[in-house]
Amino acid sequence: MEQGQKPHLITYGTYVLVWLSLISLTLLTVTISGVDYGRIALFIALVIAFVKSVLVVSYFMHIKFDEAIFKFFILVALVTLASIFILTSTDIFFR
Amino acid sequence: MNSNFAMMNNYLTYKSKPGILSWLLSTDHKRIGLLYLVSMVVFFWVAVTLGFLMKLEMLTPGKTIVDAQTYNTLFTLHGMIMIFLFIIPGIPAVFGNFFLPIQIGAHDVAFPRLNLLSWYLYIIGGLFAIVSLFLQGGPIDTGWTFYVPYSIRTTTNVILPLLGAFILGFSSILTGINFITTVHRLRAPGMTFFRMPLFVWALYATAWIQVVATPVVGITIVMVIVERVFHVGIFDPALGGDPILFQHLFWIYSHPAVYIMILPAMGVVSEIIPTFARRTIFGYKVIAFSSLSIALIGYFVWAHHMFTSGMSDTSRMVFSLLTFLVAVPSGVKVFNWVATLYKGSIELRAPLIYVMMFIFLFSIGGLTGLVLGSLSTDIHVTDTYFVVAHFHYVMFGGTAIILFAGLHYWFPKMFGKMYNEKVAIWATPLIFIGFNMLYFTMFILGYLGMPRRYWSYLPEYQTLHIISTVGSWILVAGLVLMFGNLIHALLKGKPAETNPWGGVTLEWTVPSPPPVENFEKIPVVENGPYDFSTINGETNGKN
Ligand code: HEM
Ligand SMILES: [Cu+2]
Repeated sequence: MEQGQKPHLITYGTYVLVWLSLISLTLLTVTISGVDYGRIALFIALVIAFVKSVLVVSYFMHIKFDEAIFKFFILVALVTLASIFILTSTDIFFR
Repeated sequence: MNSNFAMMNNYLTYKSKPGILSWLLSTDHKRIGLLYLVSMVVFFWVAVTLGFLMKLEMLTPGKTIVDAQTYNTLFTLHGMIMIFLFIIPGIPAVFGNFFLPIQIGAHDVAFPRLNLLSWYLYIIGGLFAIVSLFLQGGPIDTGWTFYVPYSIRTTTNVILPLLGAFILGFSSILTGINFITTVHRLRAPGMTFFRMPLFVWALYATAWIQVVATPVVGITIVMVIVERVFHVGIFDPALGGDPILFQHLFWIYSHPAVYIMILPAMGVVSEIIPTFARRTIFGYKVIAFSSLSIALIGYFVWAHHMFTSGMSDTSRMVFSLLTFLVAVPSGVKVFNWVATLYKGSIELRAPLIYVMMFIFLFSIGGLTGLVLGSLSTDIHVTDTYFVVAHFHYVMFGGTAIILFAGLHYWFPKMFGKMYNEKVAIWATPLIFIGFNMLYFTMFILGYLGMPRRYWSYLPEYQTLHIISTVGSWILVAGLVLMFGNLIHALLKGKPAETNPWGGVTLEWTVPSPPPVENFEKIPVVENGPYDFSTINGETNGKN
C-alpha cells in the first residue's frame, strides 16, 4: 500500500466468495450452452463473461479500492475496444 | 553541475559486474538504451543489405541476380526486420529509454528490471525470426503483412517468425507500461504535465498505443498459428473462415503502429527545432494535444488499407472520411514547427539539417497518404509502387531520418564525444539525393501501373527502375558516410561539453556522458521546457 492512501484490506472471506461466484458463473455458462437460445446465445455468453471480468478486475486486481486514475485507464481501453467493434461492424453488417 | 560530481563514475565506465555482464545484466536505463541502439543498428544494416539486393534484382526485367522465390523472401525479411526490429522499437527504445527519465528529472524508469526484460524479449523475438531462415521449408515468403489465406497455405516457415513477432509485441507492451508509469509517477518536483518536454509527451502518447493496440496483433498471430496447425476455420475461406477479418485485425494493430513509429519522431523534432532556433516552441499545448489526438484518431482509420479487399461500401466511406481527419493534427504539427523557425535565430547545425530533410520528405509522404486515403484514387494506385513510395517517404524519410537527427543531436550527451560536423553535414546531400532518386521514381512507376512485390517487369518500366537502383547506391553511400563518421567519433572524437548546442531541457544540465544516477540531487523545475530567456544573450553553450 502506498503512503497517503488508506489501506484497505480485503478479507479472505471476500476472496473466497468472489472465487465461488466465478466458478458458479462458469458452470452457468457451460450448462446453458446446451440450451438453444438462437441468435442471442452469443450475447448471453458474453454478458456472463463480462460479469466475471468485472469481478476479477474489481477484487483480484484491486481496482475497486484504487485511485480514480486507474479506473480512467481501464475506461480508455474499454472505449477503444468498443469503438473498434462498432467500426468493424460497419463492414460486417453492410457487406 | 559541480565538477566533483562530474568526476564520479559516468554510466559508461561504471562497473557493477565483471566484464560484459555489467552491460548484459544492467538495469540502468541509459545502458539499456545503448543495448537497443547497438542491436538495432545491426538489424538495420542487415535489412539495408536485403533492400539493396532487391533493387539490384530490379535493374533489368527478368532474372538479374536472384530467382522469383528468393525475391519473395527478400522483401518479406526486409519488411519484417525494418518494421518489427528497427522502426517500431526505434526511437522509444533508444532515445526514450535514455532521455525520458533525464528529461523529467528522474533517476531511472519506474521498472528498471522490466526494462531489461523488454530488451531480452526483443532479442529473443529477433532470434526466432533468424532461426527460421535455416530450417527446413525455407524462409518465410508472405510479405510482412502475413495475409491469409496464403500465410496459412504456404509451405515456408511461417510459425517461427510469427512467434517472433508475438514475442516482440510483448517487448513493446512492457516498454509502453514502463513509460506510462514513469511519466505518471517519477516526474521531478515542479515538473507538471505542461512543463514536460514535447518529446516526453510524444513518448507518453506512443506508450498508450503500444499498450492498447499491440495485444490485437498478438491475438491475431495466435489465431493464424492455430489455424495452420489445427485447421480451425478462422480466416481461410476454404475452412469456412473470413479472410477480410484477418485484414481488419492485422490493421487494427498495424495502422496504430505507424503512429508508434512517427509520434516519437515528431517529439524529437519538437526538441531539436527550439534548440537551434533559440526560441520557445510555437504552440506548445497544441503540439502536446495533437500527439494525443493523433494517437486517438489513429485507432480509427485502419481499414484504409483494405479499400479494395471487398469490404462493405459503407465502411469504405467511413474509413476514408476518418483518414482525412487524421491528417489534421499532423498538419498542425508541421505548421507549428515552421512557425517556431520563423523569426528565430537559426543556427544550421547538423541535427537541424536532418530535421529540415525530415520536414520535406515527411510532407511528401503525408500528402501522398491523402491520395491513398481517397477511394477513387486509391483504387488506381493500391498495391503498386506508389504505396511503396508513400510508406518509404513517411517511415524512412520521416522516422529513420529523425532517428539519425536524434543520434546527431544527443550523440555528445550519450557518449561524451563530438563528431566531425562537416562530414555529418556532407552526408546529407548524398542521403537526400539518393533517397529521392530511389523512391520518387516509385511514385511515377506506381502511377504508371508497376505492381509491388514483383521480381520482374515490362520493358517500358526499365529506365525508371535504373534511376531508382542507382539512387539506392547513392543513398547507401550517404548512410555509410554518416555511420562511419559517428563510429570514428566514438573512437577518436574530442570530448563534448555539458551543453554543446545551448539546449535548455534537463538533459543538458547533467555532464556528458551522464553520471550513473543522472542527477546528484533531483532538480526542482520552475519553468516550462523551452525557456530560452536565461540563455539568450549569453555566450553560454556555444562552441
Ligand atoms: C497523413 C497521414 C497518412 C495517411 C493519410 C496515410 C494513408 C495511407 C493509406 C490510405 C494507405 C493504404 C494504401 C493502399 O494500400 O492502397 C497507406 C499505406 C501505408 N502507410 Fe500511410 N498514411 C499516412 C501516414 C503514414 C505514416 C506516418 C506512416 C508510417 C510512419 C505510414 C505508413 C504506411 C505503410 C507502412 C503503408 C503500407 C503498408 C503495406 O501495405 O505494406 N503512413 N497509408
Ligand atoms: Cu494506415
